[in-house]
Amino acid sequence: MSGVSPIIVADAVIKQFGRFAALRGVTADFSPGRLYVILGDNGAGKTTLLRTIAGLSQPTRGTISVLGAKEVKTVRSQIGYMAHPSLLYDEMSGMENLRYFAGLYGIEDDAVAEKRCREVISLVKLDPGLARPVGQYSQGMRQRMSLARALLNDPKLLLLDEPFSNVDSHSAEEMAGLLAQMRDQGKTLLVVTHQPAILESVADEFVWMDAGKIVDRTSKLRGAQ
Amino acid sequence: MSFLAVTRATLAKDLRLEWRSKDAINAMLFFSLLVVVIFSFAFDPTAEESRRIAGGLIWVAFLFAAVVALNQTWARELRNHVLDAYRVSPAPADPLFLAKAVGNFIFVIVLEALMAPLFIIFYKLRPLGPAWELLPIAVLGTWALVVNGTFFAALSIRTKNREIMLPLLLFPISLPALLGMVNATTAVLTGEESAKFWIALLLAYDVVFTIACLLLFETILEAE
Repeated sequence: MSGVSPIIVADAVIKQFGRFAALRGVTADFSPGRLYVILGDNGAGKTTLLRTIAGLSQPTRGTISVLGAKEVKTVRSQIGYMAHPSLLYDEMSGMENLRYFAGLYGIEDDAVAEKRCREVISLVKLDPGLARPVGQYSQGMRQRMSLARALLNDPKLLLLDEPFSNVDSHSAEEMAGLLAQMRDQGKTLLVVTHQPAILESVADEFVWMDAGKIVDRTSKLRGAQ
Repeated sequence: MSFLAVTRATLAKDLRLEWRSKDAINAMLFFSLLVVVIFSFAFDPTAEESRRIAGGLIWVAFLFAAVVALNQTWARELRNHVLDAYRVSPAPADPLFLAKAVGNFIFVIVLEALMAPLFIIFYKLRPLGPAWELLPIAVLGTWALVVNGTFFAALSIRTKNREIMLPLLLFPISLPALLGMVNATTAVLTGEESAKFWIALLLAYDVVFTIACLLLFETILEAE
């Protein structure tokens, strides 16, 4: 391990939903400026781990420190989170959605917010002028707009849950390139995916989960999953 | 980010969504209209009887209609898990609650403005007391309904039977306010007593429950 302080430190994190333990003592750290791919079968605890890091879920036991803070809510402005659902209002256009969320991140000046929203929409290769409501977008477009929302606050830490689901292969490669570019800019990315091959060439580390535990960490994608 | 800016942005977003979908207002209007028409067929009161029962009829109709809007408020945030986008943002919880409560207040007040003439026509109402007092009664009474309603709707969003859960939680706690609204309205309509005590009760109820809901809402929002 290098001398750089980890950006995320999980210490014996257990997360229980009733009698079911989704995380069973996860202990791990993640260094800044790296792209991590989190892999595992359905129910392995990938999404729960991401939600716990994002502060959407509290550990039942154990501690998690994000960006040096024990309370994730104090560093929310530096985290970008993309979930499996779009986290967008179907009845509003992409720009209207982003303008609203920009306000939640303190980007209140109209001109600044408009500029930032256009930037991130263009970054994910969508048209900022698109007036259609998000509900009429294709699934792939919705995924990209969802990524744009996660990028709005220029986060240091990006948590992405299944960003490539229902995205065509060309768009998925474009998104992977964008994620690599973010990592090169110094951001830390944790990407949960069932399509690790898309990130094989750009990922720094593959984190393997099974039954609520991290069972392996590899620098290369293993053949058999 | 400032409290007011987030409240304003969230309120504007909710009004825009309602303007486009008209989910809440259409359902509330339809429901209230049914109540007015059905009760007018069920009873054939004299003007004097109308004045005595109208307060109860009006507020019960608005209470049930408000539940429709209150359920819609948070249902919107659950589609596509949009509420999580708010929760991961650094925006504080209170502006979300306040914007939702004010949004619901606007929807219910609009409904009351549209339905009041129908109640007057169907029940041949003419207040014998000071009619201007109906305005503070409507404002304070509506706020009493929506502030608790917004809070309990948020509390019940993660339950399976939230449409049933909301009235079960809301109606008992709204009883003192409902008593105030009905008695104050009846007092104005009949002119037999002053409505001031009931208006003061509504004001006190609103202050207490607004503060309590604001204090507790963050816990509700952060709950899993």
